[in-house]
Amino acid sequence: MSSEGIFKPQLVGIICNWCCYGGADLAGVSRFQYPPYLNIVRVMCSGRVDMKHIFRAFLNGADGVFVGGCHLGDCHYITEGNYDALNMVQLSKKILELIGVNPQRLRIEWVSAGEGIRYANIMNEFLKQVEGFGPLGKGEGLDENELKVKLNNICKLIPYIKVTEKEKLKVRKIDNDEDHNSLFTLDEVDKLLNEVVSYYIDPAKCQACMTCARRCPADAIISAKGQIHIIDQDKCIKCGTCFEVCPPKFAAGTKLAAGEPVPPPVPEGERTVLRKSKEQAAN
Amino acid sequence: MEKEQITKLLSNNFAGNNFGDVMIVGGGISGIQAALDLGTAGFKVYLVDKAPTIGGHMSQLDKTFPTNDCSMCIESPKFVECNRHPNIELMTYSEVDRVEGQAGDFKVTLVKKARYIDETKCTGCTTCVEYCPVVYPDQFNQGISKNKAIHIYFAQAIPLKPYIDESCLYLKEGKCRICEGICNNNAIDFNITPKQVVVRVGAIILSPGYEPYNPKLRGEYHYGEFVNVVTSMDYERLLCATGPYEGEILRASDKKHPHKIAWLHCVGSRQVLPGGNSYCSAVCCTYTQKQVILTKDHDADATCTIFHNDIRSYGKDFERFYQRTEKLPGIQFIRSYASIVKEDPVTKNVTVRYATFDEGIKEEEFDMVVLSVGLTPPADAGSLADKFGIELNEHGFCKTNPANPMETTRRGIFISGAFQGPLDIPESVLTASGAGAQCGELLDYRRGNLAQERVYPPERDVSQEELKVGVYVCHCGANIGRIVDVPATVQYSLTLPNVVHAEESLFICSTEAAAMLAKDIEERGLNRVIVAACTPRTHEPLFRDTLREAGINQYYFEFANIREHCSWVHSKEKEAATQKAQKSIRMSVARARLLEPLQEFTLPVNKNALVVGGGVAGMTSALSIANQGHHVYLVEKEQELGGIARRLHYTLDGLDVQAFLHDLLLKVYQHPLIHVFNGATFEEASGYVGNFVTKVKSEGRVTEIKHGAIVIATGAEIYQPTEYLYGEDERVLTHLELEEQVVKGNEQVVSAKSIVMIQCVGCRNEDRNYCSRICCQESIKNALTLKEINHGMDVYILYRDIRTYGFKEDYYREAASKEVRFIRYEPDYRPQVEAGEDDDGRPVLKVVVPDPVLNKTLELDADLVVLAAAVIPSERRKEITQLFKVALSPDEFFQEAHVKLRPVDFGAEGIYLCGFAHYPKLLSETISQAYGAAGRALTLLSNDTVVAPGSVCEVDVSRCMGCGECVSACTYGAITLNQRSKKAEVNTVLCKGDGLCNAKCPPGAINLKHYTDEQLLSQIDACFSDLEEIRL
Repeated sequence: MSSEGIFKPQLVGIICNWCCYGGADLAGVSRFQYPPYLNIVRVMCSGRVDMKHIFRAFLNGADGVFVGGCHLGDCHYITEGNYDALNMVQLSKKILELIGVNPQRLRIEWVSAGEGIRYANIMNEFLKQVEGFGPLGKGEGLDENELKVKLNNICKLIPYIKVTEKEKLKVRKIDNDEDHNSLFTLDEVDKLLNEVVSYYIDPAKCQACMTCARRCPADAIISAKGQIHIIDQDKCIKCGTCFEVCPPKFAAGTKLAAGEPVPPPVPEGERTVLRKSKEQAAN
Repeated sequence: MEKEQITKLLSNNFAGNNFGDVMIVGGGISGIQAALDLGTAGFKVYLVDKAPTIGGHMSQLDKTFPTNDCSMCIESPKFVECNRHPNIELMTYSEVDRVEGQAGDFKVTLVKKARYIDETKCTGCTTCVEYCPVVYPDQFNQGISKNKAIHIYFAQAIPLKPYIDESCLYLKEGKCRICEGICNNNAIDFNITPKQVVVRVGAIILSPGYEPYNPKLRGEYHYGEFVNVVTSMDYERLLCATGPYEGEILRASDKKHPHKIAWLHCVGSRQVLPGGNSYCSAVCCTYTQKQVILTKDHDADATCTIFHNDIRSYGKDFERFYQRTEKLPGIQFIRSYASIVKEDPVTKNVTVRYATFDEGIKEEEFDMVVLSVGLTPPADAGSLADKFGIELNEHGFCKTNPANPMETTRRGIFISGAFQGPLDIPESVLTASGAGAQCGELLDYRRGNLAQERVYPPERDVSQEELKVGVYVCHCGANIGRIVDVPATVQYSLTLPNVVHAEESLFICSTEAAAMLAKDIEERGLNRVIVAACTPRTHEPLFRDTLREAGINQYYFEFANIREHCSWVHSKEKEAATQKAQKSIRMSVARARLLEPLQEFTLPVNKNALVVGGGVAGMTSALSIANQGHHVYLVEKEQELGGIARRLHYTLDGLDVQAFLHDLLLKVYQHPLIHVFNGATFEEASGYVGNFVTKVKSEGRVTEIKHGAIVIATGAEIYQPTEYLYGEDERVLTHLELEEQVVKGNEQVVSAKSIVMIQCVGCRNEDRNYCSRICCQESIKNALTLKEINHGMDVYILYRDIRTYGFKEDYYREAASKEVRFIRYEPDYRPQVEAGEDDDGRPVLKVVVPDPVLNKTLELDADLVVLAAAVIPSERRKEITQLFKVALSPDEFFQEAHVKLRPVDFGAEGIYLCGFAHYPKLLSETISQAYGAAGRALTLLSNDTVVAPGSVCEVDVSRCMGCGECVSACTYGAITLNQRSKKAEVNTVLCKGDGLCNAKCPPGAINLKHYTDEQLLSQIDACFSDLEEIRL
């Protein structure tokens, strides 16, 4: 808030180089005026915009986030990443709604490089709208710290969300707002966030073969030769790779349903594996 | 033979001679474009300008219509590009003395005038300018402000060295020589004499531009007599931040701001009077509107009155620009001839007399009067014509061929730009590319023989250095500095972590600033550079190149856009705009700290071209490309080639269209390198610059074509009217239908007693808010032909504005003199057409139209009503945009990359544009543009490789979980999953750098370089908090 007590929102916009950035440039060249609340991050395609970016911005206290790309069908790339951006934004809006944040603080729009006036109109409308919402969280009557915790949790869950919702996130060729809006339902997103699985390595079965540790993309498995492997739950991104790669003959990797507590790790010093083969040899 | 051998052989045999392929005479925007195109297409080019710098008239303009882009900002990067281009030799302050030889082997003798400066010693410090005692009207500023006898032409001049002009005391009277003593480097040398230089080239392009009309030729304007009467060129300088009063519009009489300003249109144009010119200068209507908009930007309370004849908003987006001007408060457009009657002896205000419909003759006093002066041939056109052995037309411009407006009467000599006649900037640019294409056709056999590659110094390894960020904040004249507090922003930048240097610059894009930047990189050891200025979309290549020249990796450069995204859009909130600019810089610093050096790599270029559309545009382009040795696949949706030209028979300038078309068809079909696909459709298209793959289906067969370039020439359609009884009464025709009937000799048409033509049918309305550009000419052409056949016929043309721009004006006058009656109507009172009978009971069409001039309603009896039906965008536009990933403009014609300076390029690389697909245009203009597209395509096809950016994806295998999401996201097929290791792998040649895979990857194992998560998140963090709080 400024000294006069008038709320001046702060926003970030992540927009594609080819269309929306061009439209923003044209708005400038044409001298169309809009409020100075939003700073731009330029990416090559709106498909590059990651959920991480959006929630990081909100975690930073952004009062709004804008994503801009080419009109559907006009993407500069044959990857047509603007569809993915749209799907991702739809999902993010539902998540925001669930944690109590006004989903209209996140907006995605298509602006071609020839549409300076459209860019300016969108900026005027969106920035004034966000001004009306008030500061992030406060406007919604949320406790600041509580919101931070929630946003932080979402940030941590993003890899898991990407894995779980991967099919819907790449849906193509839906052309009306209603379909976009109903791509993800609130119930489904609620379930997604509240029924988060956990992964755990059964110490009784682990043979310290290192396979899971080697394949873990998050470097979350504490392992050493002859030592029972432990998943660092703070680092774990819940991708399930360890569960999938654990050799079936050991089947130590375990998927725990939501609500099922993860058993505490075996204390250090008690992690030496009794190898099955050695046991057999001893017998 | 090896290149070195040839060069050696040449220099041994012709010692003392300079060898090149093409000489371009005239270094305005047109000459610059021709030089850059030809230089890039493998030719050695000499670019000659008689001024001390290149730049031409465009460098004097403040902004350019209809986007109001800053003129110098978009032109000056081209100066730098020319200066750095290995195949362009600049010869400024030089004039051609004589030309001998013939096409393929011209010997040009030039005189290099004496600058009296040893350019090798001069550092451009301008101390000499300070000490020079001679004050002299500054030519660049139209003589409004003063300069010194020794001076630099303008801040972005190339070369950025002073010169001494004829006002020098020593040169005139043999005394002074102060500058000589003051110069530390002994760079001033009065013993320098004009030097003769001989250059041998194969072809010549003349691009001498134009001369603004001199209103002193007609005393009625009192120019030079009443001090507050200025020309539009004077006014450009007054508007400009680098102008005489640093962007303040001031009156010469009292240095006060004028608040009430009048513009007089058609000064020196559309006048058959001694000292005047009969033609229309084509650009004045729209530049006046630009000046009005800019005046209102300077002073929101200013009142502006425009005294005009027809408003000729015939170009792309001009109509909207006109409306935008009209809607501004305090703006009055008055359709009246106006004369300047007197000057108040005390206030020096100027009185203008004009006529109105309602109030008759009126007089009004203005603070300032701007004369919208026309364009006249270059002052030395006559001597140029003599030296080069070419002919001029009756207006003193170059005589050209309607079927090829870049051709002169002498083989091997081409022209571009306004020497053809009054043209605007995009046309000057595209005719330059077109003239370049024709030089290429002539000299293809020697392409590449004299050309050289650009060499950069080795790159400094900065990986072990501590971070040293340099921040340069640009004033952009006053474009940024007037809103954003630049000094405070520099101070702020210095407080940011890792910033070791920050400074401001008037124009960071000038050569001088680039040299300073390069020096800072070396001397201050900068290893990250941030420029806070305009948009990376136009200027990033320039600064990246500067980094390369200074020996550090070009990806260490970062742009903060504080003009388009800040000063221009928050012009009323200076403080907030300054804060936003500082935040932008903070975000850039955050990102710059994480930038990594990337290497670019080269991709092969497939040498074939695909031309989409087989009308005159497509065929002309195809032929020019094929004549330069490339296979061309010409794809036409109809069974026959020819497009709309099949329906045209003659043009105003006397071209027999059918004969021309027949000849063109023959050349196309007989050309061994052109492969025509008739009745063709597209199955699919993929690929990227230099490497496209398109599947074409023709005659039931699908052909897969591999090609490096694409020309989109898909044309447009003619509107099918639903108004004025069209389709209901067979006596109502469109203009093209009339032309067909006239040629057929249809008795009902040629012996009609009366024909009424109605202009602007289907455009200049809410649905299509643009002018179709060709219809006025089309109607006048038909009217003249009908009058020729049947002198007694009454021909009426009901119009809103007659837009016969350029030399076409003469035909308008001819039609009026042959008693074709022109009746103006207002859009709110459109003509009414209904079937009826004349006084003799003969069935006729009754046309009722209110005449605003006579202030009464006219009733005309017509045997035929002819509708000037609009040109409307092609039905296939959506298909084409989706297939080839190109954009449409708001009127749904195709959108070029830049309205002014890239008029035939698309934003997507390797794809070019010409003809009606771009916007309606006359046949000769279509031909120019088609050659232009060919010229641009050759800048790609002449090279074996194209540089691919270093911003591609890479996989951190330790973090890859092998889920394959990136593989399915990348439709370019650049990513595969290694079946053994279960890790993703990137084929960087196929990666296009969009980064979708990056956003898809759950653990963030795949990263788009230059747009990594770390880099983007650092920007996002910096947007909301201080850098100290952000972890690196």
